[in-house]
Amino acid sequence: MKALKRLGVAIALCTAAAPVMADQFTAVSFGGAYGAAQQKHMLDPFMEKTGHKILFENYSGGIAEIKAQVESGNVLWDVVDIEVIDLERACSEGLLEVFPHDTLPAGDDGTPAKDDFSPEALSNECGVGNIVWTVLYSYNKETIEGGQPTTIEDLFNTEKFPGKRALRKRPQVNMEWALLADGVPKEQIYDVLATEAGQKQAFAKLDTIKNDLVWFDSWSQAPQLLNDGGAVMVQSANGRIFDAIQSDNKPFEMVWDAHIYDLDVWAIVKGTKHKAVAEEFIRFATSSKPESGMQDVAYGPTRQSSYAYVDPAIIPRLPSAHLEEGLQASGTFWADYGESLGEKFNEWLLN
Amino acid sequence: MPQFDLTTNSNKVQSVLTVEEMAQSRKIQRRRKLIAFAFVTPLLVFVMIAFIAPIGTMLYRSVYNPTVAQLIPDTLEALSDWDESSDARPDDAVLNRFAVELRQLAIDRDSGKLAEEINRGLPGSSSVIKATGRKMKKMDPALLSSEGASLLIATKPQWQTVEIWRVMKKSGAIFTDSSYLTALDLDRNSDDEIVPRDTQVYIQLYLKSLKIALTITLLTALIGFPLSYYLATASPKTANTLMVFVLLPFWTSLLVRTTSWIALLQTNGVVNSVLQYLHVISEPIEMLYTEFATVIAMTHILLPFMILPLYSVMKGIDPSYLRAAMSLGAKPIPAFIRIYMPMTVPGLSAGALLVFIISIGYYITPALVGGTDGQMISNIIAFHMQSSNNWELAAALGSLLLALILLLYWIYDRLVGVSNIKLG
Repeated sequence: MKALKRLGVAIALCTAAAPVMADQFTAVSFGGAYGAAQQKHMLDPFMEKTGHKILFENYSGGIAEIKAQVESGNVLWDVVDIEVIDLERACSEGLLEVFPHDTLPAGDDGTPAKDDFSPEALSNECGVGNIVWTVLYSYNKETIEGGQPTTIEDLFNTEKFPGKRALRKRPQVNMEWALLADGVPKEQIYDVLATEAGQKQAFAKLDTIKNDLVWFDSWSQAPQLLNDGGAVMVQSANGRIFDAIQSDNKPFEMVWDAHIYDLDVWAIVKGTKHKAVAEEFIRFATSSKPESGMQDVAYGPTRQSSYAYVDPAIIPRLPSAHLEEGLQASGTFWADYGESLGEKFNEWLLN
Repeated sequence: MPQFDLTTNSNKVQSVLTVEEMAQSRKIQRRRKLIAFAFVTPLLVFVMIAFIAPIGTMLYRSVYNPTVAQLIPDTLEALSDWDESSDARPDDAVLNRFAVELRQLAIDRDSGKLAEEINRGLPGSSSVIKATGRKMKKMDPALLSSEGASLLIATKPQWQTVEIWRVMKKSGAIFTDSSYLTALDLDRNSDDEIVPRDTQVYIQLYLKSLKIALTITLLTALIGFPLSYYLATASPKTANTLMVFVLLPFWTSLLVRTTSWIALLQTNGVVNSVLQYLHVISEPIEMLYTEFATVIAMTHILLPFMILPLYSVMKGIDPSYLRAAMSLGAKPIPAFIRIYMPMTVPGLSAGALLVFIISIGYYITPALVGGTDGQMISNIIAFHMQSSNNWELAAALGSLLLALILLLYWIYDRLVGVSNIKLG
């Protein structure tokens, strides 16, 4: 009886004390190896340090779910990892809280946050850049014929490099690549793509390899297609290919020419009940040490001071080491033309 | 739903009852009805919440789009006097009022909502509106109300054009058929005439979905009929064992079944390897990510929906009919076709309807194995729900799909008769 009483008191104490001491909130990201790296380097250390509890969920990007939650007033997600392409829209539609950038801690080497972060990471008032990642194409050294592809033109050269190419089924990246391979200079890509003629040019270039294309819907299919022989070249998020090479010793090679890089950003959903602790989490997650943990999946940290913790052997494999070969994805352009090009792209697929 | 047989019972005894007894019996009847209704209530509530309400919302959402009207009421009021078929943009007074409203939207962080709506009618205007909004945010409202027009045009030359104002006025309509027009690949030109749209997508996709669904229905019938016949005529022991194999896929996750088709069909997958080993083919055939993959995987997944009603109907057919026909001189095949087959029609009807209706709106399997040419209308609805956030268009596409199915159901009822359907 005494024991029971003690238990009762203990339970009462726990339930009464818990909300005061620790908070529980939900963070949402993309899962897979990337999610695992975030769990290990950002969420777990934070929970250990502060005693707060984070539920970690997966989503596949886009703002539909965030929009539904904010509009219905039933906010279930507190912190989201969001692509810059979507951040732009979500922020201007009032779906995200404004994040006070001046509260970000200085880097471990003492550099103030403002100078430590790359400018792109802090360019939007609603979030803080978390990683630099990129979309590139990769080939299988064992199945490729005709030598070693090195440029984006090679992806479109089916005579020299016969075989299927796998691309993600959406206009993003594919349209940019088509124009780049057709000789449009990098700095003019989005201006050209905004014109009717430019869009026609891109589709015409894609037409030249249409019969050699295989389409997929999720990044997880990319390394699989390359491995199973479904394609000899695939478009992929660099981390997926890196992971396949590192952990499974796959004979894949990445081609950095014309890679389209972008940032992922931590942001807070508008109307969350855990705003303070969510901000605390973002400050922690984007500090020097946790940021550097993203090297596990070859995504580059967004602040300079993190590189002190990155394995020097990995640095050349991070997108940040190849920025001059690449092109930054334009969130503004895709907010403008994402839907209309999406329809045109579907029409093109059907014909 | 079974009808309660209360009226006939009470009618029989009516003549021998006194007035009080009549009243009493009516009271009892009322109570029974109430109880019967109480039994049905949970289901009714569930159907209301899970079925009727969402469909109603969807239908409403496809025509009701108040966003722009709520965001810029003042501008729309000013625009109502402007003739959108003219070649001149609205005068400066209208632009001034818009500049003031846009400033407020930018401060409230609502300019993105307006940008998204206008961008739908005029791709490229999203950045124009957002960039202008950012600029206006820093301006003095008094200045905007007098100099707004020139400030707008100085920020982005697009404000000088007629198109953006045309779209603005058009999107201001609270009730609109524009989503339906888009869903039918149509559009309104500046003279308010309905013309074909530049991009032709949705009709093609509807036709393709219809074609795929019909093919699958036909295939399941072709495969399901002989199997059900065998099951219905086999000894109970064999039939039960085989039934487990029919039901087994039901107990397996849909994703597992779809993924195993990926393993079978991929370029170096089981099917290609076997065919190559047997020297049937020299190069692997491309099967995965095609319409073929969608059809074959969905046929497999939906087969039980055909077999089960067919089997239970066939089980109920007395074998003596067939024996009687043959003893009267019919040859086995004509006897089967003329005597047995017509009796299986109710089961075939039920199976075909089930398979057809499920397959026309199918989403997961085409998304996973369909590639480019195995896409169905549901995939594009998902695209507008998740990526482009055009929920109005998604609702219109969904409503049209619903209408299409109802229409086909009506034609089917005309041709075959729905009363014929039997699930067992």
